[in-house]
Amino acid sequence: MSTITGGTQMTDAAGAGASTAATVTGAPRRRRPRPRWWLYVVLTLGLVAMVMPFVWMILGSFKTNAEIRQYPTNFWPLDPTIDNYTQLFGRLDFATFFTNSIIVASFVTLGNIVFSSMVGYALAKLEFRGKRLLFLLVLGTLMVPGVVTFVPLFVLTANLGLVNSYPGLILPFLITPLGVFLMRQFMLSLPDDIIEAARIDGAGEWRIFARVIMPLCGPAVATLTILTFLASWNNFLWPLVVATTEDKYTLPVALALYSVGQNAAQYGLMMAGAVVVVVPVLLIFVVLQRYFVQGIALTGIK
Amino acid sequence: MVALSPSAPTPARAPARASRRGRRATLVAWGFAAPFLILFLVFMAGPIVASLAMSFTDLTTRDLQTPFNVDFVAFENYVRLFDDPRFLRSLLNTSIFVIVGVPLTMALALAVALALNTGIDRFRTVFRVGYYAPVVTSIVAIAIVWRFILQPDGLLNAFLGWFGIQGPEWLQSTTWALPSLILMAVWRNIGTLMVIFLAGLQGVPKEHHEAAMVDGANAFQRFGNITLPAMRPTLLFAAVITGIGFLQFFEEPFVMTRGGPLDSTLSTAMYTYNQFGFGNYSFASAASYVLFLAIVALSLIQFRLLGRRD
Repeated sequence: MSTITGGTQMTDAAGAGASTAATVTGAPRRRRPRPRWWLYVVLTLGLVAMVMPFVWMILGSFKTNAEIRQYPTNFWPLDPTIDNYTQLFGRLDFATFFTNSIIVASFVTLGNIVFSSMVGYALAKLEFRGKRLLFLLVLGTLMVPGVVTFVPLFVLTANLGLVNSYPGLILPFLITPLGVFLMRQFMLSLPDDIIEAARIDGAGEWRIFARVIMPLCGPAVATLTILTFLASWNNFLWPLVVATTEDKYTLPVALALYSVGQNAAQYGLMMAGAVVVVVPVLLIFVVLQRYFVQGIALTGIK
Repeated sequence: MVALSPSAPTPARAPARASRRGRRATLVAWGFAAPFLILFLVFMAGPIVASLAMSFTDLTTRDLQTPFNVDFVAFENYVRLFDDPRFLRSLLNTSIFVIVGVPLTMALALAVALALNTGIDRFRTVFRVGYYAPVVTSIVAIAIVWRFILQPDGLLNAFLGWFGIQGPEWLQSTTWALPSLILMAVWRNIGTLMVIFLAGLQGVPKEHHEAAMVDGANAFQRFGNITLPAMRPTLLFAAVITGIGFLQFFEEPFVMTRGGPLDSTLSTAMYTYNQFGFGNYSFASAASYVLFLAIVALSLIQFRLLGRRD
């Protein structure tokens, strides 16, 4: 908005100063940018393409099997039914998978907030030997993909006797380099004066951390909470490897295994399963979308 | 290192006192780092090293209880890996996925970001939320939805039917299965890059654009000479993170095609997972390390190509 206004003023001035020169350069044509209706059209078509799978998923979850076998498939469910959801939470145990996902994501999020904040504080505000090394370790593993570590991680988990257990699902994700990086970046922006003042008042570092620093970290903690919870909620490869019986499946694992198993052809049922995984996340996202943008801002790029 | 308090001792005693405090400060700081460090060493750094070590042994599922009681086989796993046509096929598929998918995602995301940044002034939040929505959702759930959309009698072919086009059997065709997965990955990742590019565009100096407009530069000239150079670091970052993500594609073939038909969508991550499933742990580790090296190499190449030229 401001770019456009600024630009218009500039060309106005140029036009007023030397109208002939302005005509030659074609500046007056850009004086008042035409409403770019075609951009709206293109962006709206793109938007439809982006959200259509979600719409299709929700509509499909209310369709009967008979309706699904028709071709061409109706867009709107002719005979809306909640039978798919009844089956999902009755015949299949989606309530358990949902609870598992919540449990795992909650502990993972809590761990990340506590541990990332602690090490973030040390990296941002304390001076100590080995600080550079510690930070390099964090940065170096920022981009190590899960596929590289999952085999030895599984051997380790098996030897600790944690296969098919909540600790096995949770422990490897209690810390993430990204979380540390995010908290450090945010804490760097907090003024040193308040810490100095607290030190002069005789507060120890732990007290300063808990009573002075953390209360100021609300926005960073909110961002970290959302990003970590979602990452855990959507996490797939590790739960797929570690959860070996149904009572420990998380939602994506259950959904993936059912979708390639004997329920694969149950279109409506699978759509309902996808809705249960996706829609809560979409709602959270729409309500809290500014924190997502903030997360990207905090982790390095302006 | 440590700020002296107002009641600083006499200069003569200061150094000893300061170093004692320095030690104490270091201890406190490592106390803050300790929980992170322990978890980090056990669950992240350890496995990265162990993965490399394992790839030089003959560890299989039978050795699970005694992982140190295995034989050293040097590069045998790697030799076998590169003798396996299925592994080579998975490398080819992954390469195509990255080489086509990353530029396509970047180009579309940049176009959307430019349109949102300069072209329109209403409904920007609606567009931003809509384009970003696929990013926050579970790939597994989305892959299932896309599998139904791409069925021979699915939504996409019904849509193409309006224009008299007989769509192919997307996921059952060796020609169209991989492009279908690329299409889905692009759809899913546009949002991330759009937000990154929107942020990057804020850093392009407005004065330069205004000056160029006065000089009569058209929109394309301004994009090529002002926007793109200023966006260079952002583009680099975007290329690296998208490349790393695309190199690991796994959920899409797992749910949609199981790597088929005829291995035409078998990715290297999927190959690794399959070998793990067969109990060939050391072999799977070797495959995952090849992927890891590819990720490092891709990042380095991108830094070389897009990094600062001066």
